[in-house]
Amino acid sequence: MVPDAAAADEEKCLADGIGRLQHNAFYMHRALDSNNLKDALRYAGQMLSELRTSSLSPHKYYELYMRAFDELRKVEMFFVEETRRGTYSVTDLYELVQHAANILPRLYLLCTVGSVYIKSKEAPAKDVLKDLVEMCRGIQHPVRGLFLRSYLSQISRDKLPDIGSEFEGGANTVNDAIEFVLQNFTEMNKLWVRMQYQGPIGEKAKRGKERSELRDLVGKNLHVLSQLEGVDLDMYKETVLPRILEQVVNCKDELAQHYLMDCIIQVFPDEYHLQTLETLLSAFPQLQPTVDIKTVLSLLMDRLSNYAVSSTEVLPEFLQAEAFAKLNSAVGEVIEAQVDMPISGVITLYVSLLTFTLRIHPDRLDYMDQILGACVQRLSGKTKVEDSKATKQIIALLSAPLEKYKDISTALNLPNYPRVMDHLDNATNKVMSTIIIQNIMKNNTCISTADRVDTLLELIKGLVKETDEAQDDELDEEDFKEEQNSVARLIHMLRTDDAEEMFKIISTVRKHILLGGPKHLAFTVPPVVFSALKLLRHLQNQDGDVNGQEVSVTQKKIFQLLHQTIEALSSVPSPELALKLYLQCAEAANDCGLEPVSYEFLTQAFILYEEEMADSKVQVTAIHLIIGTLQRMNVFGIENRDTLTHKATGYSAKLLKKPDQCRAVYACSHLFWVNEQDGVKDGERVLLCLKRALRIANAAQQMNATRGSSGHVTLFIEMLNKYLYFLEKGNPQITSSAIHDLIDLIRTEIQSDNTTSDPSANAFFSSTMRYIEFHKQKGGSVGENYEQIKV
Amino acid sequence: MVLVLAIGDLHIPHRAPDLPAKFKSMLVPGKIQHILCTGNLCIKEVHDYLKSLSPDLHITRGEYDEDVRYPENKTLSIGQFKLGLCHGHQIVPWGDLDSLAMLQRQLDIDILVTGHTHQFKAYKHEGGVIINPGSATGAYSSITYDVNPSFVLMDIDGLRVVVYVYELIDGEVKVDKIDFKKTATTQSAH
Repeated sequence: MVPDAAAADEEKCLADGIGRLQHNAFYMHRALDSNNLKDALRYAGQMLSELRTSSLSPHKYYELYMRAFDELRKVEMFFVEETRRGTYSVTDLYELVQHAANILPRLYLLCTVGSVYIKSKEAPAKDVLKDLVEMCRGIQHPVRGLFLRSYLSQISRDKLPDIGSEFEGGANTVNDAIEFVLQNFTEMNKLWVRMQYQGPIGEKAKRGKERSELRDLVGKNLHVLSQLEGVDLDMYKETVLPRILEQVVNCKDELAQHYLMDCIIQVFPDEYHLQTLETLLSAFPQLQPTVDIKTVLSLLMDRLSNYAVSSTEVLPEFLQAEAFAKLNSAVGEVIEAQVDMPISGVITLYVSLLTFTLRIHPDRLDYMDQILGACVQRLSGKTKVEDSKATKQIIALLSAPLEKYKDISTALNLPNYPRVMDHLDNATNKVMSTIIIQNIMKNNTCISTADRVDTLLELIKGLVKETDEAQDDELDEEDFKEEQNSVARLIHMLRTDDAEEMFKIISTVRKHILLGGPKHLAFTVPPVVFSALKLLRHLQNQDGDVNGQEVSVTQKKIFQLLHQTIEALSSVPSPELALKLYLQCAEAANDCGLEPVSYEFLTQAFILYEEEMADSKVQVTAIHLIIGTLQRMNVFGIENRDTLTHKATGYSAKLLKKPDQCRAVYACSHLFWVNEQDGVKDGERVLLCLKRALRIANAAQQMNATRGSSGHVTLFIEMLNKYLYFLEKGNPQITSSAIHDLIDLIRTEIQSDNTTSDPSANAFFSSTMRYIEFHKQKGGSVGENYEQIKV
Repeated sequence: MVLVLAIGDLHIPHRAPDLPAKFKSMLVPGKIQHILCTGNLCIKEVHDYLKSLSPDLHITRGEYDEDVRYPENKTLSIGQFKLGLCHGHQIVPWGDLDSLAMLQRQLDIDILVTGHTHQFKAYKHEGGVIINPGSATGAYSSITYDVNPSFVLMDIDGLRVVVYVYELIDGEVKVDKIDFKKTATTQSAH
């Protein structure tokens, strides 16, 4: 209840004050209108007496002050008019206002008259200003004094004897202007600091807040200085900055020091800061230990960074000013001095320094490494960083070189880069790793040596290696897939055209991915396998004859690697994927002419089929892949080939559903007829397969007949097409009578009452018959085969 | 004029990291009415990408596809044409045009779009046309050596289809075009 009551009290106080102020202002204006200066001044004095109050907070006092300010403007205009008319001289006015009963109103009026005095040029500006700034010492109460001096500053602003101003000349120089402002500033700062020690100890926080509300009054003076034409670089360097810093250091007040350093940096041009860097930085260690220097230093570095990129002519200035060396040691000193600085603060400083260095000295990788090294030092001895502010900063630190250099190799070459990453906990490592991968993909960078690949994969180990159980549970499955897919994509960027080096790269990648757990392998194994297969192709394309021996040895090593890599999938377990990959390898080995290797891979595929494929749909796909692969292979001798085709055909016939059996078996027919020049063309075995398939189709028909469905007709039409296929290819075992029989059978089935009409089967049959007709008409070598078929 | 994109065998991320940049910049959303994808994307991200190019997306299952629910084959009508889509690993011998022609007869379609071999083909036979858009990423294939990234854009206009094939050869996109007309004899009689 008490704060509310106090606030209500204050509101009332303010309202009352404003009321009285306006009351007196009204009478003052009446007196001015009737040219009764004496009365006017009396009322003015009473009006300004409201500003003598001690019961308002700065925020409320300001409202009162603004009203008084507005009234005083009108008074000033009156004074100007009267002095111009000659009713009164300025010195008269000066004299008259001194009669005000209390000092505060007296001083406000004096300042007002002083303004008129300077404007009239009857006295040198510098004299009047000096007088006023000294007289204001009469008010030692912080809040009242600050506002009074603020008033002085406001009204004198356009009357300072700056270079090119009308008030310059003779004895009046810009030095006087500077001196005036500096003095006002110094006094205001003293008042402001004194506020800290007023009032009961328990209200320290409240005082801090009130002081913050007033800080811009003090800072305004610096702003005024920055706007003076006469404050050029030399003036700033020789006079202005040293005087300001002197006050800042000597006041020994944390709030003031922080605000004013910040103010200096924001208000004066960056060019000046660059040239006075040493002076500026030397002030930092002299500040109170509790001042949050890091934000000020970061601000300075960020501003200088932006300045650097503003134009190309600016960069040499930085080199000349030895900016990096100075800032680097300043950062180090600050961190040394403030032992309690949290780690996030330390890293923030280094981020600012790094950003600065990247802009000014992009070619000095040694500087970058130095900065990263300093971070490593600060991070070592502590446990993994988990504070989220700190980790955000570390990520910013590590991302900066990536964005600048685009080619990740530059970052990888900095010895301290991986060391910084070592200090990240797993979650943060993953975030950073993702950023790294994105950078690589966006810039299409290829990492082309095994060493760099090794470094890179070590860096992103958060994504690659197996982690603790606890963390895995938390991870969303979608996110995990996305992560691993990005690792998979990355693997394709790790390549080179040099075959030897490429093999080393593949081995390195394999080494790393095997450290990942079963969940990771399903994603990471395929890209490695296909990289290796591409390498094999590459070796094949190279002229094998010259280095025949070497190529063959390397090929065998690669196949060994492939075998071991695919084997790892058994821990996932992922038998379907493994089977597909084994088949790919079998074909590749076939192309290299390595019969035993190819046989071994096919064996592995068959074993997986036998032992791990339980689902019938999966079996169908798998068997077709096996048949398709086997059909293309020409490296096998007769015995091996027989074993494999026998297995394939056997498994085809053992599929669960009859239609699947039929289709797989007639697919096997192609195993015995290869359309190439030297391809096997065993007409008899083809026919055996087709007949077997036909028997299965018949069995399917019988099963369907009991159910009344007609799906099997399609099977017969497929069989017909297959017979036609081999007829065309010139298989002597295919007779026209067999084909006639099939056609009749199909016709019967379609027209039969037992079966429901199937439009797609009908269409299939029609198009097949059209096909036959077409070839008969066409004639030629193919047409000959069709001659005997009667439609 | 109806634009149909035929694309497939991207094999992302098993065999390739991404579509070639030049293709990506050509494939702009909103210009293509239908997409026929032969399969082997392989992951959801690629599905989403294709979906963003055109809302009418048809995909058949390739043997490496992550999503096992894609159908083995699909048929649809676009304008005067009946089209069919099938990845092709199911048809042995792989890439054999006569065996594929059988599938075409079976599905009773004018145009069969199929993949698996990673080699562009546009083949006209008495029953219709077989189109293989190849591999959009130029992915490794055990069947084809030296695969160039490619895809096909079909412009269907009445009884005519113009097949544009885009191939990335040595860093440059080369375009070729083939005309097909649907004649009376190839219309199926019902």
